[in-house]
Amino acid sequence: MATITTPNGYTLDNGGKRVVVDPVTRIEGHLRLEVNVDEQNVIRNAVSTGTMWRGIELILKDRDPRDAWAFVQRICGVCTGTHALTSLRAVEDALGITIPENANIIRNIMQLTLYVHDHLVHFYHLHALDWVDVVSALSADPKATSELAQSISSWPMSSPGYFSDLKARLKKFVESGQLGPFKNGYWGHSAYKLPPEANLMAVAHYLEALDFQKDIVKIHAIFGGKNPHPNWLVGGVPCAINLDGVGAVGAINMERLNLVGSIINRTLDFVSKVYVPDLMAIASFYKDWGAIGGGLSSMSVMSYGDIPEFANDYSEKSLQLPRGAIINGDLSKIHEVDLRDPGQIQEFVSHSWYTYPDESKGLHPWDGITEANFVLGPNAKTQGRNIESLDEAAKYSFLKAPRWKGHAMEVGPLARYIIGYVQGKPEFKEPVDGLLKTLDVPLQALFSTLGRTAARGLECQWAADKLKYYYDKLIANLKAGDLNTANTAKWEPSSWPKDVKGVGFTEAPRGALGHWIHIKDTKIANYQAIVPTTWNGSPRDPAGNIGAFEASLMNTKVADPQIPLEILRTIHSFDPCLACSTHVMGPQGQEVEVKIR
Amino acid sequence: MSITPDDGLLDGFDTLVLGIGNLLWADEGFGVRCVEELDRTHQFPSHVRLMDGGTQGLYLVHYIQQARNLLVFDAIDWGVPPGTLKVVRGDEVPAFMGCRKMSLHQTGFQDVLAAADLMGHKPQRMTLIGVQAEELEDWGGSLRPLIRQKMAGALELGLAELADWGITGERRAVPLAGKDGLVGNDMDIASYEAGRPTLSQMGL
Repeated sequence: MATITTPNGYTLDNGGKRVVVDPVTRIEGHLRLEVNVDEQNVIRNAVSTGTMWRGIELILKDRDPRDAWAFVQRICGVCTGTHALTSLRAVEDALGITIPENANIIRNIMQLTLYVHDHLVHFYHLHALDWVDVVSALSADPKATSELAQSISSWPMSSPGYFSDLKARLKKFVESGQLGPFKNGYWGHSAYKLPPEANLMAVAHYLEALDFQKDIVKIHAIFGGKNPHPNWLVGGVPCAINLDGVGAVGAINMERLNLVGSIINRTLDFVSKVYVPDLMAIASFYKDWGAIGGGLSSMSVMSYGDIPEFANDYSEKSLQLPRGAIINGDLSKIHEVDLRDPGQIQEFVSHSWYTYPDESKGLHPWDGITEANFVLGPNAKTQGRNIESLDEAAKYSFLKAPRWKGHAMEVGPLARYIIGYVQGKPEFKEPVDGLLKTLDVPLQALFSTLGRTAARGLECQWAADKLKYYYDKLIANLKAGDLNTANTAKWEPSSWPKDVKGVGFTEAPRGALGHWIHIKDTKIANYQAIVPTTWNGSPRDPAGNIGAFEASLMNTKVADPQIPLEILRTIHSFDPCLACSTHVMGPQGQEVEVKIR
Repeated sequence: MSITPDDGLLDGFDTLVLGIGNLLWADEGFGVRCVEELDRTHQFPSHVRLMDGGTQGLYLVHYIQQARNLLVFDAIDWGVPPGTLKVVRGDEVPAFMGCRKMSLHQTGFQDVLAAADLMGHKPQRMTLIGVQAEELEDWGGSLRPLIRQKMAGALELGLAELADWGITGERRAVPLAGKDGLVGNDMDIASYEAGRPTLSQMGL
């Protein structure tokens, strides 16, 4: 058993007891975590493994670039829209296609809608159960719950009768033995700190959020023609607009736009009166988590930026979400990020189940190779086909290790907020300062599991505000007579250059997302994506740097390694999504089974 | 199905015919392909919605809540011979969908049904038509021939179930072209299969 220090400053000790969590529940995709805990149950080594393999290039090769968005949005059940948008941007970049102003605004509305929806669903339906004990809610006093709810918000659904009915429904549901979405919880764990009333209130809002999210996605249905799986279009948006049109067939008319406006208003209401107050109330019971789970966030964070104010301008000046990189914990300098520079973003596979001709070096995505190579290290422990523990000194994940100028980076809402905060942008700095003041915690508490979860909530509010802004901008533009939504000048492949490369990026709700495309003879010759969870969940690189998930678990004390709620709290705070980073089969059809309990 | 006036919005249907699964994963696409084919060949009254649910999981809950009648097509792993068709009704549905975890969306779909129930809007009638999958792990592949053959039988069962509910589909004189169907943009089954590169083209 050995102790090593990584270049990014972590001391790893793989002695002690090895604890395996596989799969991590309530996420999209398959993630396995292994940690070593010492006698005090403090995590001294962490290993993050994507256990499934997928190569986007395998399905996109030789396809029509104009259809790539339809394929990439099927990769995952969660980030459909953001993959589609990233793909459009990559194709447009390669072919030199510009989009009209209205298309830019509508895409921003689509993307912001996704933010609000994804953050809301993540908080209530994936993450809240790490902090809220559903079973404890059954012993809440409805009257006291009502008082609590009314003390934190003016949200109207807060009467004693409302909570009393809810409690009865929940009781019946739990007693029927079908916990449904509430199964796999560590109910009764000593780390749950909320009083029963706060738990009941949170369960009420869990259900209200579930009910409300259906309204938010109507915006996707209106602009995308349908939902699920809305339509997208290279060169613009696939919806014609006719303000004076009647009936609902065909072009989007004023009635449809009014519906969008009213959904946005209700969204603002829900986020500001339910989500944000709940976040503050719950966080106030978990302030200790402001010192846990920070990982790389205080060292190395990155954002590509998103939500261009000006159509076709993806420069920092135009992008409303912050862009840049912070490294080595030096908050005084924001570095410029260039997705085309072969020396900046590179993927390494020395610890990944892939092979490169020279694995000491990284490859830029335009030169990317995805050739699977599933081999276990000499110190992996196996039992038949089951793997008891992996050998992190060798290859141990189907995620590659992306690095920015050699640095492991954290991406996501917290990264965006840290960069915006350091840039001194009031719309990011002021809410953070407000949050810290309300919770009475120092700035340092931002770099933590609590900070990550809080940043997502603040960003949800930001996105709801921006939705309103872009909606008003759209209406003003349309009323001024500009109804153009698509540029089809280069629609025909005969107008395309013979051999071109492009890159498209977005900030997905869970972090920086890039698609790199190579179009040759009007077909896709190569397509590579680096998704946010590849950044955050990455394994070690040739220099030995650990990734963001791994770093975030270091030095966390686990109350009971058999029920490692603490691990789930921190990993869920990243909103991991592995469906698009990973798969179960090798390319030759050999089965690659990495499954244990 | 063309884009109908209320498409994506909640008004106007009480019967949902839902295909679930991932098109990119061989037989996992069975449910969606069934609904695609049903839509290509039949026209239904406006209160019937045919939907490609993909792997949307919890995001489908409001459609489930809206539905008084729910007919689901899916590929299932019951550990029986590949191609076996099964019809499961009512309260049995969630249990059957979760008897063996096959993919991401399945536990998801069980949760969706439970969530709809908890919110007090479980469909009054619910039927699952499932096929035992043969191959689930061929990334970028399509339905295996055996499973594809079973689509006709599954659709017959589905039409019979709908007829029991008093709903008749009218056979289209000319089936919709794939690109005009429920799954467009080169993802309709014919284009999807035609465009798949061979392993050697992918350099494997």
